[in-house]
This record gives sequence, structure tokens and C-alpha cells, in this order.
Amino acid sequence: MSQSYNRGLIEDFGRWREFSAGMWAWIFHKFTGWMLIGYLFTHIAVLSSFLAGPEAYTDTIQGLEGLLLIRMLEVGLLAVAVFHILNGIRLLLVDLGIGLDSQDKSFYASLILTGMITVASVPTFLDGFGGVLG
Amino acid sequence: MAERYSSFAPGGTAWVLQRVTAAVLVVLLAFHFFLLHFVNHAADVTAAETMARMENVGYFLTMVLFLVAGAFHGLNGVYNALVNQGLSGSRKRVVFWLLTVAGVALVAQGTYVALAMAGWI
Repeated sequence: MSQSYNRGLIEDFGRWREFSAGMWAWIFHKFTGWMLIGYLFTHIAVLSSFLAGPEAYTDTIQGLEGLLLIRMLEVGLLAVAVFHILNGIRLLLVDLGIGLDSQDKSFYASLILTGMITVASVPTFLDGFGGVLG
Repeated sequence: MAERYSSFAPGGTAWVLQRVTAAVLVVLLAFHFFLLHFVNHAADVTAAETMARMENVGYFLTMVLFLVAGAFHGLNGVYNALVNQGLSGSRKRVVFWLLTVAGVALVAQGTYVALAMAGWI
């Protein structure tokens, strides 16, 4: 028999000052999830430029990569994806009954690890940038 | 078992599929980011390289699986979030079908583009 934890309605965002670590994890997971599915539609739209011919595809990708804004958004996307992956692993483990007692610590670990991976990735994402600053 | 928390209670097909696709996506999303930002830099992507990758049947099938899993996981996640926000009744049914159509269209378009990249259509 599973034990239930009733902390009230988490969708009542006005209560944010009362949120515990696990509730923040839930909110961040949703928020990053919305961004990832939004990005997936955008990504397929950009890749669809291939249908206009290989040159159009290469020009589209390299044109976008020549914009600093796009490079910065890519770093943001990495941060969002890494957090969603790490917190997702945390959720899968909790679903399996593993590590519930330290679920707050694993949320903080997800945040710290996301920050470290993101910062370490910045040089890779800016590599070879010689395009438009804006 | 009283001390053991688990939400692995009967939760329906969509609930199980959300977990199964999550496990698939953990691997494929990390692989995709690693391959196209760290092994190959996104800025250096050309149609020729994309086509060479997609011509590999294993890579093509992996990308289609990635797309299907991502579309289901993402849109089912959006649906669940909206239901948690209080979506119900006929609006819930309309949103369900809108998301379903959007998901099918996304997978169809993505698969079509992948087939074109592989040179099979």
C-alpha cells in the first residue's frame, strides 16, 4: 500500500512561498517540459527546410547558427533539457520507490549538476562563432 | 510496505507509456545533444552530412523512435498539466483531440522530412 502526501493544490501558484523542494521540482519539470515540446515543433519546422532542397537546408541551419541570439538560446535549451533529464531520472527512481527520503537533496543535485554542465558547455556552443551579434 | 512510497499503482496505459517514453528519451535526448553539439557542431551541419547520417537505417529508425516518443511524452505531458489545472468536460475532449491531431501531424511531417533526408522518397 502506498503512502500519500497531501500538500494541497500545487497548481495554485499563488502559494509559491509555501512550496517545498519537491513542489519546486514539479513546477520546474512542467515549465521545462512546456519549453521542450514547444521547441520540438519549432525544430521540425526548421528541419523541414530540407524539403526546399539541400542548399536551402544548409543555408537555413548555418544562417541561424550565425546569430548570437540562437547560440544563446541553444545554451538555454541545453540547460532546460539537462534539468528535465536529470529530474526525470529522479522522478523515475521515486516512482520505483528509490530515494524518496532524499528526494529534496536529489532535486538540489539536479539543479547543481544542470548548472555545471551548462556552464561547461558554453565554449562548445559558442565555438566558431563569427556571425551577427544580435 | 507502508513505509514505501510508490506511484506504481494502476494508472492506465497513458500513465505507463509516459514512464516508458521517459526512459527512452533520457537516452535518446542525451545522445542527440551529444552527437549534434559536441561530436558534430550544429554550426557545421550541412545537408550532405545530415543525409549521410539519415541513410543509415539504424539511425533513421532511432530518429523516428525519438520523434514518436518525444511527441507522445510532450503532448501527453501538456494534456496532463492542463487536466491538473482543472480542464474538464467538453473542453477537455476538444483539447485531447487537438493535441492528438498536432502529435500525428508532427510525427507525419518529421518522418516525411527524415525519409526525404535519407533519399528514400
